[in-house]
Amino acid sequence: MRQSFDDISAQLKGRHRKSARLKWMSMGALGLAGLFLVFFFTDMLIKGLPAFQQAQIQVQVDYNEMAQEIPPAAVNEDVRPLVSRGYLRLIPGRMEDNPDLLGTSRMEWVLADGQVDQYLKGHHTNLSASEQAVVDQLASEGRAELKFNTNFFTRGDSKMPELAGIASAAMGTVMTLLVTLAVAFPIGVMTAVYLEEFAPDNRFTQIIEININNLAAIPSILFGLLGLAIFINFFGVPRSSPLVGGLTLALMTLPVIIIATRTALRSVPEDIRHAAFGVGCSRWQVVRDHVLPVSMPGIMTGSIIGLAQAMGETAPLIIVGMVAFIPDVTATFTEAATVMPAQIFTWAGEPDRAFTERTAGGILVLLTILITLNATAVVLRKKFERRW
Amino acid sequence: MDMKVADRGVTMSGHDTGQPVTRNEQAHHELSIRVRDLNLWYGETQALKNINVDVFQKNVTALIGPSGCGKSTFLRCLNRMNDLIPSVHLEGLIEMDGRDVNEAKMDEVALRRRVGMVFQKPNPFPKSIYENIAYAPRMHDLVSRKADQDELVEKALREAGLWNEVKDKLQQPGTSLSGGQQQRLCIARAIAVQPDVILMDEPTSALDPISTATIEDLIDKLKQDFTIITVTHNMQQAARVADYTAFFHLGEMVEYNDTKTMFANPHTKKAEDYITGRYG
Repeated sequence: MRQSFDDISAQLKGRHRKSARLKWMSMGALGLAGLFLVFFFTDMLIKGLPAFQQAQIQVQVDYNEMAQEIPPAAVNEDVRPLVSRGYLRLIPGRMEDNPDLLGTSRMEWVLADGQVDQYLKGHHTNLSASEQAVVDQLASEGRAELKFNTNFFTRGDSKMPELAGIASAAMGTVMTLLVTLAVAFPIGVMTAVYLEEFAPDNRFTQIIEININNLAAIPSILFGLLGLAIFINFFGVPRSSPLVGGLTLALMTLPVIIIATRTALRSVPEDIRHAAFGVGCSRWQVVRDHVLPVSMPGIMTGSIIGLAQAMGETAPLIIVGMVAFIPDVTATFTEAATVMPAQIFTWAGEPDRAFTERTAGGILVLLTILITLNATAVVLRKKFERRW
Repeated sequence: MDMKVADRGVTMSGHDTGQPVTRNEQAHHELSIRVRDLNLWYGETQALKNINVDVFQKNVTALIGPSGCGKSTFLRCLNRMNDLIPSVHLEGLIEMDGRDVNEAKMDEVALRRRVGMVFQKPNPFPKSIYENIAYAPRMHDLVSRKADQDELVEKALREAGLWNEVKDKLQQPGTSLSGGQQQRLCIARAIAVQPDVILMDEPTSALDPISTATIEDLIDKLKQDFTIITVTHNMQQAARVADYTAFFHLGEMVEYNDTKTMFANPHTKKAEDYITGRYG
């Protein structure tokens, strides 16, 4: 029996409905994921952006001999509780550096106490009613303002929120990642090159391959325990140092780099290897001159993503002691340091409300760097990606 | 196989007499590669059975036969490209310059320096046209000075008939050329190291008819300087370019003869059937 177009269309209706349903479901899933992301970012921005601003008040500062002994004496009694104690402590040092200051007195913008900052931002504050009145008075005279918070980017951790900054943690992260990169990249790439280009395909290499794939899926905290056992307890690498943190993260990043490199090597057309062998290249020349250059973008992309992952890692670093309180910016690879996620973790546990916004601010900085790294990976891939 | 090669009336069986396998007037040709009793297995599967061939210098030898007959496998034995396949196992003699190419002392890199190869699909290096040619001679220390290198690149490209087309864009990627130009670039790359033998594995099967004709002319010219062994699916091509033709079937070399005889008066039924298009 022959069917008309209408007959066939009638039969197709159900099928079309089904595909439309599926389409809506997948779009719904995407929408939901997007919504979560928007919610997360908005929350972080609302909580974190205030951290980039810090209250300052304009007060009379007396650089006298008394202030050398008792720093709070430098400011008038009525505004004394409103000025950051941390700021006051710096005054004797400033006089020492600049003896001309001694005996002068002038109006200065000084860092306000964290509570003043919270009050000005409209958050909960512990200031008494009379102190609040003083702040209101100052604000109405234009002597209390929110200004850009340079301390957040230039100072290390502090128990006083108005002085706490991300700089020492950022430096710790940079140094830790340098160690990770220096260890994991060459070892990972060479391992992958051996497995992919030199090793015979036998049971031994298959077992190695399975184990590498498993390593990539191991909970990161176990790498922390491994790092503790091997690097600190056995080799005696200093605890909490960027060196031990970097080595531990290198263990974790190795499988990621190996897998990414192997994938990149495998995607190099066999033609290119044949051509190179055909003109009389040794195996190593084939790899060095032809296979590696073509696969470099893939290797770099994988490595950057592995590093970005390592950068966000907290658990293994806590195990090797990198959640230390680090007020000064780390300078060497063997002294105690902390990293950004660990700093965020520390701040998140502080009772003071002012640290909440620092936590969110730290997350914003970390996310910005991660996004930059991933974007770099994409750009590198696009730039070097050529079709052969 | 249930019968011996000789029983089928193969003229040029060779392996039972140990004599050179052609009897025509090529006596003045010098031997380039001598193959005796070559057997090859991929794992358990035997892909080449008792191959005996004498390849003569500065001639074009074509290997023809239906798909899967072992002609490409045989070709890759000659520069040991089969070494790259772990499951391959090989017995027999492939002699070049009085040396067995498979002997322990023979370095496959040295062999490939003297036996160049052109592949089925044009596969220039993902580098500039210039680098494609200059890379191998530099690697083999044939040139060191930049000027010598420039000269060698030009010479190789001229020999491959590509110079006029690419002389103004030597720094562009080799892959930017057309398929036929890429294949000539690959030929130029092969001849740049001045090999004795050039193996060509179906060099024109990925090309259009005009590019094919260009390559065929080129092969004809190159045989003045090089020994060329080419695998082809295209019997007309074999008839056009080859001095000698070997017909492979199911891993055996059924007939080896000078091309004229092979096409005009094949000695075996199998070769005749294949050549006249009854199968293949």
